[in-house]
Amino acid sequence: MSTPALPLAHDPAFGPVGIAPGQASGHGAGGPAPKRIVVGYGFWIFLLSDVIMFSAFFAAYAVLFKNTAGGPSANELFGLRNTGTETACLLASSFTCGMASLAVGVRSQKWTQLALLVTGLLGLAFIVLELREFTGFVARGAGPSRSAFLSSFFTLVGCHGAHVSAGLLWLGTMMAQFYAKGFRQDIRHRFLCFSLFWHALDIIWVAIFNLVYLVGALPPELLP
Amino acid sequence: MSERSDYEAGSHVGADRVPGSREERTVAREVRGYLLGLGFAIVLTIASFWADQTHEIYRSGVAVALLVLAVAQIGIHLVFFLHITTAPDNANNILALAFGVLIVCLVVFGSLWVMLHLNHNMMPMDRLLQMQR
Repeated sequence: MSTPALPLAHDPAFGPVGIAPGQASGHGAGGPAPKRIVVGYGFWIFLLSDVIMFSAFFAAYAVLFKNTAGGPSANELFGLRNTGTETACLLASSFTCGMASLAVGVRSQKWTQLALLVTGLLGLAFIVLELREFTGFVARGAGPSRSAFLSSFFTLVGCHGAHVSAGLLWLGTMMAQFYAKGFRQDIRHRFLCFSLFWHALDIIWVAIFNLVYLVGALPPELLP
Repeated sequence: MSERSDYEAGSHVGADRVPGSREERTVAREVRGYLLGLGFAIVLTIASFWADQTHEIYRSGVAVALLVLAVAQIGIHLVFFLHITTAPDNANNILALAFGVLIVCLVVFGSLWVMLHLNHNMMPMDRLLQMQR
Protein backbone atom coordinates (compact mmCIF):
# COMPACT_ATOMS: atom_id res chain seq x y z
CA MET A 1 0.00 0.00 0.00
CA SER A 2 1.45 3.34 -0.99
CA THR A 3 1.81 6.03 1.59
CA PRO A 4 -1.03 8.50 1.10
CA ALA A 5 -0.52 12.23 1.04
CA LEU A 6 -0.27 13.80 4.44
CA PRO A 7 -3.30 15.95 5.13
CA LEU A 8 -1.78 17.62 8.16
CA ALA A 9 1.84 17.95 7.01
CA HIS A 10 1.43 21.72 6.83
CA ASP A 11 -0.04 21.92 10.30
CA PRO A 12 2.64 22.49 12.96
CA ALA A 13 0.23 21.45 15.66
CA PHE A 14 0.48 17.86 14.57
CA GLY A 15 3.74 16.08 15.13
CA PRO A 16 7.32 17.22 14.73
CA VAL A 17 8.60 17.91 11.23
CA GLY A 18 9.97 14.77 9.64
CA ILE A 19 7.46 12.39 11.12
CA ALA A 20 4.49 12.03 8.90
CA PRO A 21 1.35 12.85 10.87
CA GLY A 22 -0.47 10.25 8.82
CA GLN A 23 1.81 7.64 10.40
CA ALA A 24 0.87 8.61 13.93
CA SER A 25 -0.38 5.65 15.88
CA GLY A 26 -2.32 7.70 18.40
CA HIS A 27 -0.48 5.82 21.12
CA GLY A 28 2.51 8.11 21.29
CA ALA A 29 4.63 6.91 18.38
CA GLY A 30 4.79 9.38 15.52
CA GLY A 31 3.03 12.19 17.35
CA PRO A 32 -0.63 12.77 18.09
CA ALA A 33 -3.34 11.10 16.06
CA PRO A 34 -4.54 12.98 12.96
CA LYS A 35 -7.14 15.66 13.54
CA ARG A 36 -9.86 13.65 11.80
CA ILE A 37 -9.40 10.89 14.38
CA VAL A 38 -9.35 13.33 17.30
CA VAL A 39 -12.48 15.15 16.11
CA GLY A 40 -14.41 11.96 15.48
CA TYR A 41 -13.38 10.39 18.77
CA GLY A 42 -14.28 13.49 20.76
CA PHE A 43 -17.69 13.63 19.14
CA TRP A 44 -18.18 9.92 19.80
CA ILE A 45 -17.58 10.59 23.51
CA PHE A 46 -20.19 13.39 23.38
CA LEU A 47 -22.70 11.06 21.71
CA LEU A 48 -22.18 8.44 24.40
CA SER A 49 -22.84 11.06 27.08
CA ASP A 50 -26.01 12.00 25.20
CA VAL A 51 -27.03 8.33 25.21
CA ILE A 52 -26.47 8.23 28.98
CA MET A 53 -28.77 11.25 29.36
CA PHE A 54 -31.43 9.40 27.35
CA SER A 55 -30.94 6.34 29.55
CA ALA A 56 -31.99 8.43 32.57
CA PHE A 57 -35.18 9.44 30.73
CA PHE A 58 -35.77 5.79 29.78
CA ALA A 59 -35.35 4.79 33.43
CA ALA A 60 -37.82 7.47 34.56
CA TYR A 61 -40.32 6.31 31.93
CA ALA A 62 -39.96 2.65 32.92
CA VAL A 63 -40.45 3.49 36.60
CA LEU A 64 -43.49 5.73 35.99
CA PHE A 65 -45.03 3.62 33.22
CA LYS A 66 -47.95 2.34 35.33
CA ASN A 67 -48.64 5.62 37.15
CA THR A 68 -51.45 6.75 34.87
CA ALA A 69 -53.41 8.49 37.67
CA GLY A 70 -56.69 7.31 36.17
CA GLY A 71 -55.79 8.82 32.80
CA PRO A 72 -55.21 7.03 29.49
CA SER A 73 -52.63 4.23 29.45
CA ALA A 74 -50.03 3.52 26.77
CA ASN A 75 -52.19 0.70 25.46
CA GLU A 76 -55.09 3.10 24.78
CA LEU A 77 -52.97 5.88 23.25
CA PHE A 78 -50.32 4.47 20.93
CA GLY A 79 -51.17 3.94 17.27
CA LEU A 80 -48.77 1.56 15.58
CA ARG A 81 -49.40 2.85 12.06
CA ASN A 82 -48.00 6.26 12.94
CA THR A 83 -45.03 4.72 14.76
CA GLY A 84 -44.30 2.49 11.76
CA THR A 85 -44.26 5.45 9.36
CA GLU A 86 -42.01 7.45 11.67
CA THR A 87 -39.63 4.48 11.94
CA ALA A 88 -39.51 4.08 8.15
CA CYS A 89 -38.75 7.81 7.68
CA LEU A 90 -35.91 7.82 10.19
CA LEU A 91 -34.38 4.56 8.98
CA ALA A 92 -34.45 5.73 5.36
CA SER A 93 -32.92 9.08 6.36
CA SER A 94 -30.12 7.26 8.18
CA PHE A 95 -29.41 5.37 4.96
CA THR A 96 -29.43 8.50 2.79
CA CYS A 97 -27.12 10.18 5.32
CA GLY A 98 -24.71 7.30 4.71
CA MET A 99 -25.05 7.91 0.97
CA ALA A 100 -24.25 11.59 1.58
CA SER A 101 -21.02 10.66 3.38
CA LEU A 102 -20.06 8.46 0.40
CA ALA A 103 -20.81 11.39 -1.93
CA VAL A 104 -18.57 13.62 0.19
CA GLY A 105 -15.88 10.93 -0.06
CA VAL A 106 -15.90 11.17 -3.87
CA ARG A 107 -16.34 14.97 -3.83
CA SER A 108 -19.62 15.04 -5.74
CA GLN A 109 -21.42 18.31 -4.97
CA LYS A 110 -24.54 17.19 -6.82
CA TRP A 111 -24.94 13.86 -5.00
CA THR A 112 -23.97 15.33 -1.63
CA GLN A 113 -26.64 18.01 -1.88
CA LEU A 114 -29.24 15.56 -3.19
CA ALA A 115 -28.58 12.95 -0.48
CA LEU A 116 -28.62 15.60 2.25
CA LEU A 117 -31.84 17.09 0.87
CA VAL A 118 -33.57 13.69 0.94
CA THR A 119 -32.20 13.09 4.46
CA GLY A 120 -33.59 16.43 5.60
CA LEU A 121 -37.02 15.89 4.01
CA LEU A 122 -37.34 12.47 5.66
CA GLY A 123 -36.29 13.97 8.99
CA LEU A 124 -38.85 16.76 8.52
CA ALA A 125 -41.56 14.19 7.77
CA PHE A 126 -40.64 12.43 11.01
CA ILE A 127 -40.96 15.65 13.02
CA VAL A 128 -44.31 16.52 11.41
CA LEU A 129 -45.69 13.05 12.20
CA GLU A 130 -44.46 13.29 15.78
CA LEU A 131 -45.92 16.77 16.31
CA ARG A 132 -49.24 15.60 14.87
CA GLU A 133 -49.25 12.69 17.29
CA PHE A 134 -48.41 14.94 20.26
CA THR A 135 -51.10 17.50 19.43
CA GLY A 136 -53.56 14.62 19.01
CA PHE A 137 -52.70 13.37 22.51
CA VAL A 138 -53.08 16.84 24.03
CA ALA A 139 -56.42 17.30 22.25
CA ARG A 140 -57.63 14.04 23.83
CA GLY A 141 -56.73 15.33 27.29
CA ALA A 142 -53.55 13.27 27.42
CA GLY A 143 -51.02 16.10 27.68
CA PRO A 144 -47.81 15.97 29.70
CA SER A 145 -49.55 17.30 32.83
CA ARG A 146 -52.17 14.52 32.90
CA SER A 147 -50.15 11.85 34.70
CA ALA A 148 -46.62 10.84 35.69
CA PHE A 149 -46.70 8.31 32.86
CA LEU A 150 -47.46 11.01 30.28
CA SER A 151 -44.92 13.46 31.76
CA SER A 152 -42.15 10.91 31.38
CA PHE A 153 -43.40 9.89 27.93
CA PHE A 154 -43.37 13.45 26.59
CA THR A 155 -39.96 14.12 28.16
CA LEU A 156 -38.36 11.05 26.62
CA VAL A 157 -39.89 11.16 23.14
CA GLY A 158 -39.93 14.97 23.03
CA CYS A 159 -36.22 15.09 23.88
CA HIS A 160 -35.52 12.80 20.92
CA GLY A 161 -37.72 15.01 18.73
CA ALA A 162 -35.80 18.10 19.89
CA HIS A 163 -32.56 16.37 18.93
CA VAL A 164 -33.92 15.59 15.46
CA SER A 165 -35.05 19.22 15.05
CA ALA A 166 -31.58 20.47 16.03
CA GLY A 167 -30.13 17.92 13.61
CA LEU A 168 -32.27 19.37 10.80
CA LEU A 169 -30.86 22.86 11.45
CA TRP A 170 -27.34 21.40 11.47
CA LEU A 171 -28.09 19.54 8.22
CA GLY A 172 -29.20 22.79 6.57
CA THR A 173 -25.99 24.56 7.57
CA MET A 174 -23.94 21.62 6.29
CA MET A 175 -25.64 21.85 2.89
CA ALA A 176 -24.97 25.59 2.78
CA GLN A 177 -21.33 25.16 3.81
CA PHE A 178 -20.64 22.45 1.21
CA TYR A 179 -22.28 24.64 -1.40
CA ALA A 180 -20.50 27.87 -0.47
CA LYS A 181 -17.09 26.61 0.65
CA GLY A 182 -16.67 23.28 -1.11
CA PHE A 183 -15.18 20.14 0.40
CA ARG A 184 -12.73 21.86 2.72
CA GLN A 185 -11.14 19.68 5.37
CA ASP A 186 -12.67 21.43 8.39
CA ILE A 187 -16.11 21.25 6.80
CA ARG A 188 -15.67 17.53 6.13
CA HIS A 189 -14.81 17.11 9.82
CA ARG A 190 -18.03 18.91 10.75
CA PHE A 191 -19.94 16.66 8.38
CA LEU A 192 -18.35 13.57 9.95
CA CYS A 193 -19.73 14.74 13.32
CA PHE A 194 -23.14 15.44 11.79
CA SER A 195 -23.40 11.97 10.24
CA LEU A 196 -22.43 10.35 13.57
CA PHE A 197 -25.09 12.47 15.29
CA TRP A 198 -27.77 11.50 12.80
CA HIS A 199 -27.01 7.77 12.98
CA ALA A 200 -26.97 7.94 16.80
CA LEU A 201 -30.44 9.55 16.79
CA ASP A 202 -31.71 6.62 14.75
CA ILE A 203 -30.25 4.24 17.36
CA ILE A 204 -32.13 6.10 20.12
CA TRP A 205 -35.30 5.84 18.04
CA VAL A 206 -34.84 2.06 17.69
CA ALA A 207 -34.92 1.83 21.49
CA ILE A 208 -37.94 4.18 21.67
CA PHE A 209 -40.13 2.44 19.09
CA ASN A 210 -39.42 -1.01 20.49
CA LEU A 211 -39.49 -0.33 24.22
CA VAL A 212 -41.93 2.61 24.42
CA TYR A 213 -44.38 2.20 21.53
CA LEU A 214 -44.42 -1.55 20.85
CA VAL A 215 -44.14 -2.69 24.47
CA GLY A 216 -46.63 0.03 25.45
CA ALA A 217 -49.14 -1.20 22.86
CA LEU A 218 -49.22 -4.66 24.41
CA PRO A 219 -52.24 -5.48 26.57
CA PRO A 220 -51.43 -4.62 30.22
CA GLU A 221 -51.77 -8.19 31.47
CA LEU A 222 -48.78 -9.24 29.30
CA LEU A 223 -46.40 -6.78 30.95
CA PRO A 224 -44.26 -7.73 33.93
CA MET B 1 -1.72 12.09 -5.14
CA SER B 2 -5.43 12.58 -5.43
CA GLU B 3 -7.44 14.61 -2.98
CA ARG B 4 -9.49 11.57 -2.13
CA SER B 5 -6.70 9.50 -0.63
CA ASP B 6 -5.68 12.67 1.15
CA TYR B 7 -9.08 12.86 2.81
CA GLU B 8 -9.12 9.25 3.86
CA ALA B 9 -5.52 9.13 5.03
CA GLY B 10 -6.30 9.21 8.71
CA SER B 11 -8.77 6.41 8.49
CA HIS B 12 -6.43 3.65 7.39
CA VAL B 13 -2.87 4.69 8.06
CA GLY B 14 -3.00 5.54 11.73
CA ALA B 15 -3.51 2.91 14.40
CA ASP B 16 -6.87 4.38 15.41
CA ARG B 17 -10.04 4.90 13.53
CA VAL B 18 -13.06 6.99 14.27
CA PRO B 19 -16.63 5.79 14.17
CA GLY B 20 -17.89 6.58 10.71
CA SER B 21 -14.64 5.94 8.84
CA ARG B 22 -14.62 3.13 6.35
CA GLU B 23 -12.22 0.39 5.49
CA GLU B 24 -13.22 -0.63 1.99
CA ARG B 25 -12.16 1.63 -0.80
CA THR B 26 -14.57 1.34 -3.70
CA VAL B 27 -17.84 3.22 -3.63
CA ALA B 28 -19.74 0.18 -4.91
CA ARG B 29 -18.60 -1.93 -1.98
CA GLU B 30 -19.46 0.81 0.48
CA VAL B 31 -22.94 1.26 -1.00
CA ARG B 32 -23.39 -2.51 -0.73
CA GLY B 33 -22.43 -2.32 2.95
CA TYR B 34 -25.04 0.36 3.64
CA LEU B 35 -27.67 -1.56 1.66
CA LEU B 36 -26.90 -4.69 3.67
CA GLY B 37 -27.28 -2.74 6.91
CA LEU B 38 -30.53 -1.21 5.68
CA GLY B 39 -31.83 -4.67 4.75
CA PHE B 40 -31.01 -6.13 8.18
CA ALA B 41 -32.58 -3.11 9.91
CA ILE B 42 -35.78 -3.42 7.84
CA VAL B 43 -36.05 -7.15 8.61
CA LEU B 44 -35.57 -6.54 12.36
CA THR B 45 -38.06 -3.65 12.35
CA ILE B 46 -40.70 -5.78 10.62
CA ALA B 47 -39.96 -8.60 13.08
CA SER B 48 -40.59 -6.21 15.99
CA PHE B 49 -43.93 -5.02 14.64
CA TRP B 50 -44.91 -8.60 13.77
CA ALA B 51 -44.01 -9.88 17.26
CA ASP B 52 -46.12 -7.10 18.76
CA GLN B 53 -49.27 -8.14 16.90
CA THR B 54 -48.99 -11.87 16.36
CA HIS B 55 -50.47 -14.66 18.41
CA GLU B 56 -48.07 -17.19 16.89
CA ILE B 57 -45.56 -16.82 19.73
CA TYR B 58 -45.99 -17.10 23.48
CA ARG B 59 -47.57 -13.75 24.31
CA SER B 60 -45.97 -13.32 27.72
CA GLY B 61 -42.54 -13.45 26.08
CA VAL B 62 -43.25 -10.66 23.60
CA ALA B 63 -41.87 -7.85 25.79
CA VAL B 64 -38.56 -9.70 26.19
CA ALA B 65 -38.52 -10.51 22.46
CA LEU B 66 -38.90 -6.79 21.70
CA LEU B 67 -35.97 -5.98 24.00
CA VAL B 68 -33.80 -8.56 22.22
CA LEU B 69 -34.85 -7.29 18.77
CA ALA B 70 -34.04 -3.72 19.83
CA VAL B 71 -30.56 -4.69 21.00
CA ALA B 72 -29.99 -6.64 17.77
CA GLN B 73 -31.04 -3.70 15.61
CA ILE B 74 -28.87 -1.30 17.60
CA GLY B 75 -25.95 -3.66 16.93
CA ILE B 76 -26.73 -3.62 13.19
CA HIS B 77 -26.80 0.19 13.18
CA LEU B 78 -23.49 0.40 15.06
CA VAL B 79 -21.73 -1.98 12.65
CA PHE B 80 -23.15 -0.95 9.27
CA PHE B 81 -23.89 2.77 9.76
CA LEU B 82 -21.42 3.89 12.43
CA HIS B 83 -18.73 1.40 11.29
CA ILE B 84 -17.79 0.29 14.79
CA THR B 85 -15.88 -2.96 14.42
CA THR B 86 -13.83 -5.27 16.63
CA ALA B 87 -10.63 -4.51 14.68
CA PRO B 88 -7.64 -3.38 16.78
CA ASP B 89 -7.79 0.11 15.26
CA ASN B 90 -11.27 0.49 16.77
CA ALA B 91 -10.18 -0.34 20.32
CA ASN B 92 -10.68 3.20 21.64
CA ASN B 93 -14.19 3.47 20.18
CA ILE B 94 -15.18 0.06 21.54
CA LEU B 95 -13.83 0.84 25.01
CA ALA B 96 -15.75 4.13 25.15
CA LEU B 97 -18.88 2.34 23.91
CA ALA B 98 -18.46 -0.42 26.50
CA PHE B 99 -18.20 2.14 29.29
CA GLY B 100 -21.28 3.93 27.96
CA VAL B 101 -23.24 0.67 27.88
CA LEU B 102 -22.14 -0.06 31.47
CA ILE B 103 -23.46 3.32 32.67
CA VAL B 104 -26.70 2.93 30.71
CA CYS B 105 -27.33 -0.51 32.26
CA LEU B 106 -26.53 0.80 35.76
CA VAL B 107 -28.91 3.76 35.35
CA VAL B 108 -31.81 1.82 33.81
CA PHE B 109 -31.71 -1.47 35.71
CA GLY B 110 -30.52 0.18 38.92
CA SER B 111 -33.44 2.65 38.86
CA LEU B 112 -35.96 -0.09 38.11
CA TRP B 113 -34.56 -2.34 40.84
CA VAL B 114 -34.58 0.34 43.53
CA MET B 115 -37.93 1.85 42.61
CA LEU B 116 -39.79 -1.45 42.30
CA HIS B 117 -38.50 -2.51 45.73
CA LEU B 118 -39.56 0.84 47.17
CA ASN B 119 -43.04 0.38 45.69
CA HIS B 120 -43.15 -3.10 47.12
CA ASN B 121 -42.19 -2.05 50.65
CA MET B 122 -44.28 1.11 50.71
CA MET B 123 -47.34 1.30 52.95
CA PRO B 124 -50.56 1.40 50.89
CA MET B 125 -51.53 4.99 50.19
CA ASP B 126 -54.89 4.91 52.05
CA ARG B 127 -53.23 3.74 55.26
CA LEU B 128 -50.50 6.35 54.88
CA LEU B 129 -53.16 9.05 54.63
CA GLN B 130 -54.97 7.68 57.70
CA MET B 131 -51.79 7.93 59.75
CA GLN B 132 -51.42 11.58 58.90
CA ARG B 133 -54.82 12.49 60.32
